[in-house]
Amino acid sequence: MTPQLILFIVLAALSVVGALSLILQKHPIHSALSLIVVMVALAGLYLLMGAEFVAAVQIIVYGGAIMVLFVFVIMLLNAGAEEYTNFSKLAGFAGVPLGIALTGFIAAAIARSAGTAQVSGSAAVLAPTRTISEMIFKDFVYPFELTSFLILVAIMGAIVLAAHKEE
Amino acid sequence: MTFLNAHAELLITLVKIALLLFIVLTVNAYLTWFERKVVARMQSRWGPHRVGPYGLLQPAADGLKFLFKEDPTPEGVDRVVYYLAPLLALALALTSLAVIPFGPEPLRFFGHDIYLSITPPDLNIGLLVLFAITALSVYGVALAGWSSNSKYPLLGGLRSSAQMVSYELALTLSVVGVLLMANSFNLKDIIVAQAQHPERGIFGWNIWPQIIGFLCFFTAAVAETNRVPFDLPEAESELVAGFHTEYASFKFAMFFIAEYTSMITVSCLCTIMFFGGWLSPFPASWTFTHYLPSAILIPFGLWLIWAGIRYETIFGRIILPGLGTVIALLGLTLAVFPGVNSFIQAPFWFLAKVFVFLFVYVWMRGTLPRFRYDQLMSFGWKVLLPVSIVNVVITSFIILLRSGWK
Repeated sequence: MTPQLILFIVLAALSVVGALSLILQKHPIHSALSLIVVMVALAGLYLLMGAEFVAAVQIIVYGGAIMVLFVFVIMLLNAGAEEYTNFSKLAGFAGVPLGIALTGFIAAAIARSAGTAQVSGSAAVLAPTRTISEMIFKDFVYPFELTSFLILVAIMGAIVLAAHKEE
Repeated sequence: MTFLNAHAELLITLVKIALLLFIVLTVNAYLTWFERKVVARMQSRWGPHRVGPYGLLQPAADGLKFLFKEDPTPEGVDRVVYYLAPLLALALALTSLAVIPFGPEPLRFFGHDIYLSITPPDLNIGLLVLFAITALSVYGVALAGWSSNSKYPLLGGLRSSAQMVSYELALTLSVVGVLLMANSFNLKDIIVAQAQHPERGIFGWNIWPQIIGFLCFFTAAVAETNRVPFDLPEAESELVAGFHTEYASFKFAMFFIAEYTSMITVSCLCTIMFFGGWLSPFPASWTFTHYLPSAILIPFGLWLIWAGIRYETIFGRIILPGLGTVIALLGLTLAVFPGVNSFIQAPFWFLAKVFVFLFVYVWMRGTLPRFRYDQLMSFGWKVLLPVSIVNVVITSFIILLRSGWK
């Protein structure tokens, strides 16, 4: 058991437990907190792989900015605890088999590629800030700018929907 | 011995963590004393002066009081979150100190290099770690306000989440100029980049080219730490005590310690990014300035002895001269041993600058009135954010021009 393996097991367990708790919790705030645990555990996994920058950004953007917004909205709406409803028929007929199938496909894909697939270059070489910025601002600059433009359009749409109509 | 050697790194780190925690908590305690004394002086009062000579034992009395107070849990609180919030606030505030480097030279100790920071000095994302912790520290305040099941804390929590989210943008953008100049996220590299011209001394620091960035950063940082004039989340005239109204005893103390710790972190960050970190403000050739620590400590120790023997209580007449002797001897040690003298330069300047920023914090508290909530929000979004963006654009253009417009 190397320290890396122990850390990996702890972080992986944390993210799985957090994800389960996200679904099973009754109160929206508890679910949001579980999601934060998942985000931070994932950041830890990235850090373990040597992707320092991605790990930090994961916490700043997902753990911080986005989840703060979630928590903020839940607090503003003062949402109470949910009540469990009856098990949906659609979920029973379509959801469960599809979920099992998806898990099976992913497991099969991982099992097939185990030992054969090699990441080209270790993450520590791939992930430094300089390389990431070169990818974003040089190699993939048009898709990147297009995405940010899409987000801008989405924000404007939200404002138009939310703004009060002039009487 | 083999066990010690095999796990030397781990043991050294653990000892460093314990030591830093002890130092920071002590500094926190005396920061409250310092704050009360300075604000009292500004308002022509005495401040704490009953417990111990010059009120120096007041922090200990306060700490004991926090420990022994009843610790009630209000009815209807969300128990898990209610207990989690102060833990989160304190843990995050203390964690952020782990990445701060206090000096460049490692201490050599039985063949091990011991750097003056908990994380290794080549941590490439030092500043990002600090921003990540800042991003998470909103939760301590917001969750405390929500879980208390009471309207004033809820309002305080909501205000603080909104405020911290708004000012975090300006906080992050205002340091981009510094990062561009240093070309690194590493806090050590940021300081080293300010020492490119050792003969310029104070004029080589980032504060001159990045004065706009500094003003934005410090304003946003004060807002992030919820201090005057941005202490809206705990505006006592409107919200009782804001998010920690329902907290008593040591849970309240945890919020308190967290706030003071983040004050220290912000002071360290200002020092590192804009004021040259551990660099001396004098040109490198002025070696006589190396005796400055002693020149401050020895007279201060002697004054303490002189004032102490005439103090009105017997206890003070024993304690103060004793303290003065220790300080004077420390100053003498720094002057006499050249190795100690050269080692202490960097930490001395670092701590001196941090102390100045802590004083500025207290000074503002004694001077400025609180913002109104709408003023606070419009200031953050309409002034601070655009100004820091303009600073980023100007800085990058100048750097581009200097490097030859490729």
